[in-house]
Amino acid sequence: MSKQITFSIDGVEVKGKEGQTILQAADEAGIYIPRLCYMEGLVPHGSCRVCTVIVNGKPQTACTQPIAEGMTVENDTPELKEHRRNIIDMLFIEGNHFCMFCEKSGNCELQALAYRLGILSPKFPYFFPKKDIDATHPDIFLDLNRCILCGRCVEASKDIDRKGVFDFVGRGINKKIAVNAEANLKDTNLAIADKAADVCPVGSINKKHTAFATPIGKRLYDVKPIGSEIEERKK
Amino acid sequence: MSKSKRVIIEPVTRVEGHGKVSLLLDENNKVKQARFHVVEFRGFERFIQGRPYWEIPVLVQRLCGICPVSHHLAAAKAMDQIVGADKLTPTAEKMRRLMHYGQMFQSHALHFFHLCSPDLLFGFDADPKIRNVIGVAAKYPELAVQGVMMRKYGQEIIKATAGKKIHGTGAIPGGINKNLSIAERDVFLKDIKQMLDWSRSALKIAKDYTVENLEKLTPFASFDSNHLSLIRSDGAMDLYHGNLRAITADGKKIFDQVDYTNYLDYITEEVKSWSYMKFPFIKSLGPQNGWYRVGPLARINTCDFIDTPEAEAARKEFMAVTSGKPNNITMAYHWARMIETLHSIEKINELLNDKDLQGTDLVVKGKRRSEGIGLLEAPRGTLFHHYKINDDDQIVMANLIVSTTNNNEPFNRAVQKVAADHIDGVAEITEGLLNHIEVAIRAYDPCLSCATHAMGKMPLKVTLFDYQGNEIASKTKE
Ligand code: SF4
Ligand code: FES
Repeated sequence: MSKQITFSIDGVEVKGKEGQTILQAADEAGIYIPRLCYMEGLVPHGSCRVCTVIVNGKPQTACTQPIAEGMTVENDTPELKEHRRNIIDMLFIEGNHFCMFCEKSGNCELQALAYRLGILSPKFPYFFPKKDIDATHPDIFLDLNRCILCGRCVEASKDIDRKGVFDFVGRGINKKIAVNAEANLKDTNLAIADKAADVCPVGSINKKHTAFATPIGKRLYDVKPIGSEIEERKK
Repeated sequence: MSKSKRVIIEPVTRVEGHGKVSLLLDENNKVKQARFHVVEFRGFERFIQGRPYWEIPVLVQRLCGICPVSHHLAAAKAMDQIVGADKLTPTAEKMRRLMHYGQMFQSHALHFFHLCSPDLLFGFDADPKIRNVIGVAAKYPELAVQGVMMRKYGQEIIKATAGKKIHGTGAIPGGINKNLSIAERDVFLKDIKQMLDWSRSALKIAKDYTVENLEKLTPFASFDSNHLSLIRSDGAMDLYHGNLRAITADGKKIFDQVDYTNYLDYITEEVKSWSYMKFPFIKSLGPQNGWYRVGPLARINTCDFIDTPEAEAARKEFMAVTSGKPNNITMAYHWARMIETLHSIEKINELLNDKDLQGTDLVVKGKRRSEGIGLLEAPRGTLFHHYKINDDDQIVMANLIVSTTNNNEPFNRAVQKVAADHIDGVAEITEGLLNHIEVAIRAYDPCLSCATHAMGKMPLKVTLFDYQGNEIASKTKE
């Protein structure tokens, strides 16, 4: 059995196991730390910075930072909330996120996080960037208008499917997801049952012909806000 | 980069702008031509290029703030063909119908109480200061309450079938994504009697006013025209589905029971340099004579009967006024609209009592096609949606003819008639002219009035040009 580690989040004592990240230990304890790129079962990418917490006075990403005995973590503070809101706001304007006709609406983690953090309208001017669509695959539709570059598809395809269908190309504002093929998604060996087809937090990787089958009211985040599934673990 | 985006957003918001009218005079200062400008949304047809077909029924609702459900359903009907769903399950078909009648009911109720009742209750010559919905609310408070409640009832039906009051997702290619629970149904059944009653009394107001003022209303903004609508295979009015029928002003059939997927063989559109909006016309008659009217008046004129008893009785009374011939009186739109309101609530009542709505078989699929055409009768008239997709499921072609486009030429005729009655040798825009143009346009319920529905006011700008094309006067009515 791994060693137990005791630390605190917002003044509440939390017991975790050695080797866990702050986010993993918090999840087990039923404390929700907002996150976007992190997904259980995938190697943390640490790219979105939504999970930023203050550890012993210094900002750290909770999804990558291991816990240590006696550390104090601040999570639910007005400053961090504002910081998270700003990140979400920027993600919205950097892509073309039209929730009103996006098939992921109601099941989208970006949208759900915006609701949870109380973002009602955009704060920055939209970029309206020109983004690619790859519809060539018979079962999967790739719409980079909505990609937030979380890296989940890259990790899942590499580590779990062992295919390496997706990867990042370009840098800075030009960074984007590319497919590992001479031409298009249909030329890769991506299959509908792959993990990579299932991990996108937004409406960027979609299974074709299935959109809107779940009625409004029955979608993942229609009734309870994102994170409540974690908070419910708290006894 | 941001340029293409502009194209999308602006036309949609601009639909809700001013009504703009230009009047061209001849050398003797008589009205030669009237043009009613509607900013239309052709940009949309470009915007949806490349989008996946399953997104369109939801996306296309952004087209119009006032009857998004009509676009939702027309697009879904087109997508049914794309996924090869030639016959929907009874639950899917009836849920969609319920949604559609809910939309018809709320839209007509809104129009009646906000835009039409002021004209009818106070007379269309009344002072515009009282001839508005505020005036109605002050003098007939119970009527204003009814309007609000009827609208709400229709909106709740939309919510129960589409998931949301505006921009829902209920209709999907090949069917629907939910049924109606017993609990949902019972909420609607509780109030159905009241809704039927209020629809009857609204119909009575429209009928009595029209009959009592028939002499004055008959020439007002009126003109002979062809009429077009969908019709059920037995000739009954059917607002959700049917074949195309067109008749002349005196009731002769131009074509009948035309499968609407062949609409391009019968109807084409003309582009005019001065308007964003195209002018559709019946091919066999040509652009000069082939234009037609759509909407409540056209539907009552084209159908052989209505399949709900009270609306059918009302239709007979309506047709008796013109001895069974088509009614070409512009102001009769209001009466026709109220007959449809009663029909819609009768249909809703029928559907609520149908156990198929609790069925669980929601979606069917068949052999995929690369083209889909969906038509229905929207509150303001026949609505056409036509799409083609590529092998990757993306839209490559979209052609939409919306109700207001179908009524394009009739708007001009109505305005021309009113203008000609007012301007006769004196090049002047009088208050009376402004008011009467407004009353005429309101009768058609063009969708540009959406944003201003709430106040029952439609900002209107009329500009007068002399025979050489010089602007000589302009007046705006806020
Ligand atoms: S496509 Fe989806 S999963 Fe992949 S990087 Fe973009 S947002 Fe993340
Ligand atoms: S969830 Fe930790 S950086 Fe994205």
